[in-house]
Formats: sequence, structure tokens, C-alpha cells
Amino acid sequence: MKNSGRAGRAKKRKSIILSVLLGMLTFVCCYPIIFLLAGSFMGTGELSENLGSMFQGNGGYASWTLLPFEPTLRSWAEVVLDTPGFFVMFWNSMKITGGILLGQAVFGIPAAWGFARYRFRRALFFLYIVMMMMPFQVMMLSDYLIIKEMHLMDTLWAVILPGIFSTLPVFIISQYFKEIPEEILEAARIDGAGETGIFLRIGLPLGKAGIISAMVLQFLECFNMLEQPMTFLKKQSLWPLSMFQPQITAETAGAAFAASVFTLLPAIWVFAAGYEFLESGIQAYYGSNV
Amino acid sequence: MIRKKERWGLMFVLPGLTGVLVFYAIPCGDVIRRAFTQSLTGHFAGLMNFKQVLDNAAFRLAAGNTARMMCVCVPVLVALSLILAVPLQRGIRGGRWIKSGLLVPMAVPVASVVLLWQCMFSKQGFLNGALSLFGTAETDWMNTRYAFAILVFSYVWKNLGYSVILWIAALEGIPGEIYEAARVDGAGELLIFFRITIPNLFSAFFTITVLSLINSFKVFREAYLVAGDYPDESIYMLQHLFNNWYRNMDTDKMAAGGVLSGAMLFVLICLFYTARQINLPHSELEGNIADEEFRKSRKG
Repeated sequence: MKNSGRAGRAKKRKSIILSVLLGMLTFVCCYPIIFLLAGSFMGTGELSENLGSMFQGNGGYASWTLLPFEPTLRSWAEVVLDTPGFFVMFWNSMKITGGILLGQAVFGIPAAWGFARYRFRRALFFLYIVMMMMPFQVMMLSDYLIIKEMHLMDTLWAVILPGIFSTLPVFIISQYFKEIPEEILEAARIDGAGETGIFLRIGLPLGKAGIISAMVLQFLECFNMLEQPMTFLKKQSLWPLSMFQPQITAETAGAAFAASVFTLLPAIWVFAAGYEFLESGIQAYYGSNV
Repeated sequence: MIRKKERWGLMFVLPGLTGVLVFYAIPCGDVIRRAFTQSLTGHFAGLMNFKQVLDNAAFRLAAGNTARMMCVCVPVLVALSLILAVPLQRGIRGGRWIKSGLLVPMAVPVASVVLLWQCMFSKQGFLNGALSLFGTAETDWMNTRYAFAILVFSYVWKNLGYSVILWIAALEGIPGEIYEAARVDGAGELLIFFRITIPNLFSAFFTITVLSLINSFKVFREAYLVAGDYPDESIYMLQHLFNNWYRNMDTDKMAAGGVLSGAMLFVLICLFYTARQINLPHSELEGNIADEEFRKSRKG
């Protein structure tokens, strides 16, 4: 009895040590967010005191404090009120992401249903999987050729249209649709429901989790898109936020921090709101039978 | 009846499929054709474009770096995430929080984290500041060969969370009954580990590896946003090179290079895929262990 108590205590202590270690690692993972938030609330004076040596070249090193000493909203105001260029980028990002997600809902969800519930040649779905795995450099020339052919260069459509037909969400959503028991659909057929009705009234509600998780993953992906816009958008007025390159100089450091936080906010919001679905979506995407 | 159903399936898939064909499959076929033609004359060029690409020093550098990046990043990520997943799956204090915290970097846009990377790794940055306490000489991290290590670090940082979640799912996916059945049959812990745990994790190992491989191409984003078009030689990736070719409209090279790297990746994925198919399903394994134990007991 005494022995097991001691062993239990040792086990408990081990578990706490593990928790602390992993907790520290988690803190490191999340630190960039804390860093950016802190920086965005520091005034110009505090920032140049901290980071000054990086752009003054007087020797010495940049320093940092976990929290701002004199928090101020000045940098935020500067980005919101005085940086029209930043908002153009923000809206471009929203247009691109929104356009792609909407298109994927219209084209991708029915395709996922088709693949999940009807018989197809395996080769067709394999094509989808291969397309989903190719990095951009492989598709770069082919994308360019078709976009030029359609006279879409230097329009947001050059990024949106190929994005809509990305095969990844089709793949994720179909994993969820496959899990709906066939009996439910058969019962609906016997009751006289049409195939479209079955998709709309049974498939969509039962596959909701899959659809949302695919959308969350795709939002994060589109919001972060760099290769496509930098290839197909030469006009700076079309650039999305993901192409924003913050410059830290004595004058712009504060704005750079606030702008970085603005870039972060939509992604973090989607992440937090869709967290529950994201976790299962990752499992469906990554953990499924490729 | 069945034919009718198949037609319906096509109705659902067709709009999306048309887009996939128009935007991906057909242009991709066209690129493969271009890889074997000379764009100036339009004549069949055989393997000339490929030879030109393979002889290109920049291509060798970029392909080498990209391959090296994969060979370092992927094992580090796969191993580290498994190490973290084991205690998290068994359940520790605050496990839920730790799991979500590890996943957060996935949501942090590259463009916003670049700022921290700059402050951390620039010549007068935090890292050099910390190291100067030990009297180490200044290093310009991002413009020397250390840049490679920084990219590995940011790759692991970004991808750790989802790999951990996948490993946890895989560990949880091993049904407890198999273990129990094996124990009842008298299998030892070692036998159980090698015959049940390892084979059952194999399919997760496959997916995590393939996905880590695919995501390793995305380190280009960090490299580009921190170091621009012409970074240090050690992090000059295939995507940098393709951007250069694109700027000069070197379509022959782009086509041949694209086909080459696409084919390489395709072969890699197929290799992993076949390796995974060899893996035995649960029930068979259970039978095997039972048989083996049975035979042993008969002998004894």
C-alpha cells in the first residue's frame, strides 16, 4: 500500500514535470503572437529604445520586454487611419479568400458528394490526389499559360479561379460524406426523394463538419498564399496581405508591428472559431486513406 | 438502375471536374508536351530541355537544397511530433491546452511572423545579443549558411501541431481489444509493441511523412519574405529558380524543370503508397499473434 502510494506520487510528479516541459514548448510556439501584440502597443519611443540598435548601427543589440511599459494605441491608429495602402492589401486578401471559398462551396462540395457516394473510376480520384500534392513550381507554367490564354493576367481572377478548383477541399469533404451510412440514403430513395434532394437535405447537413473544417483549412491556406499572387499579380494595387513585407526602420517599426497584428487577426479568429472542426478536419485530410 | 446512379454521380462531379481539367490537367499535359519541344522552333526536342536543365548549375543548387531541406525537415518533424504525441495521448495535465497551443502557428500568417524573425536573427538582433553574453562573435544568421537552420526551425514550428494531432489520432486508433486479446493469448509486451503498435502506426507514418514532404516546399514563403529573391545560397530553393525562369520567360526550362520535379515527387508518393499497402490489416495481425502463441503453447 505504502509502496504503491510512493509510486503513485512519483508518477504524478513525472506527469507534472512533463506538463511543465510541454507547456514551455507551447509557450514558445505561441510566443510570436505575444511578441507582435506587445510590439504593436509600444510607442515609437519605446520601440526605438528596444530595437534601435538594429537600424542605427551603433553597435549593441536589440532588446525586448515581454509587455510594453507605456501601452499606446498610436501604432494601431497609424495603420487604420494613415495607411490606405494597407487597407487595399487587406481587402485584396479578403476578396481572394472569399472568392475562392465561395467558388469551392459551389463547385467543390457537389464534386465531393459525387466522388463519395457514386461509383467512379479510381483513376479519376487519383488525378485529384496527384493535383492536390503538386507544389506550385510544378504547376506554375501550366497555370500561367491558361491564365494568359484567358487574358486574366494582373486581375484577382488569376489567383481566384485556379484556387476555386483546387482539389484539396474536394478530397477532405468527400472523406466525411463517405461516412454517412448508405441505409439512410436508400430509405430516402424509397420514400421517393430525388438524388439532388438527397444531397441537399441529407448530405449537406450530415457533412456539415467536413465542409466547415475544409473551409477553415482553406481559409488559412488562401490567406497565406504567396507564390500565386507574386507570379500573376504585377500591379501593386492588387497585392494581398500575404505579400506584405514589413520594414523595421526607426519611423515605421510601430506601424509594421500593428500591420502584422492586423494580418494575424483574421487568421487567428477563424482558427479559434473553427478550432473544433479544424482538429477533425486535419484528421480527415491527413489521416485518411490516400 | 446502377447506370442511372452513375450518371447522377457525374452530374455532381462534372462542374468541378471541368474546372480541374481546364485549370490543371489539360495545361499540365501541355507542359509535358512543351518539355519535349523547343519553344522557338516548335520542333520536337527529345530530351534536350531536360539535359539543359540538368546541366544548369542553378538547378542543381536549387534541387540539391530542396532535397536537403526535405531530408532534414521531414525526419525531425516526424520524430519530434511522435515524441510529443505519446504523453499527450496518455493524458497529462493541461493536455488540451498544449495541443491547441501547438497548433496555433499553423494559423499565424508568414507575413506577420517575418517581423519576429527579423528581430531575432538580424545582425544586431536578439539571438546575437543573447550570444554576446557568452562572448560569441556576431553572425548574420539570415545571410550565412545558418539560414538553412532557421528555415528548418520555422518549418518545424509551423507544422508541429498538426503532426502531433495526427499521431495522437493514430495512437488512439489502435483498438484496445487487440492489446487485450494479445495479452490474454499471453503475448509479451515486446511482442505486442513490435507486432501491434508499430504496424498500426505505419499507416499514420506514411501520411504524416507524405504531408510533411509536401509542406516542406512551403518554406519558400519564409525564405522569400525574409531574404527576398536572392537569398543566401544555402536556402536557394526550386521556387526561387522557377521565379527567375519565369521572369525571363524561360518556358523550355520551366516545362522541363516542372516535369522533372513533379515526376520525382510523384515517384516518392507512389513509393510511400506501396510501402503502406504492404502493411497488414488489424485482424490478420491478431490472427498471427494468436497462431504463434498457440504454436508455442503446443510445443511447450
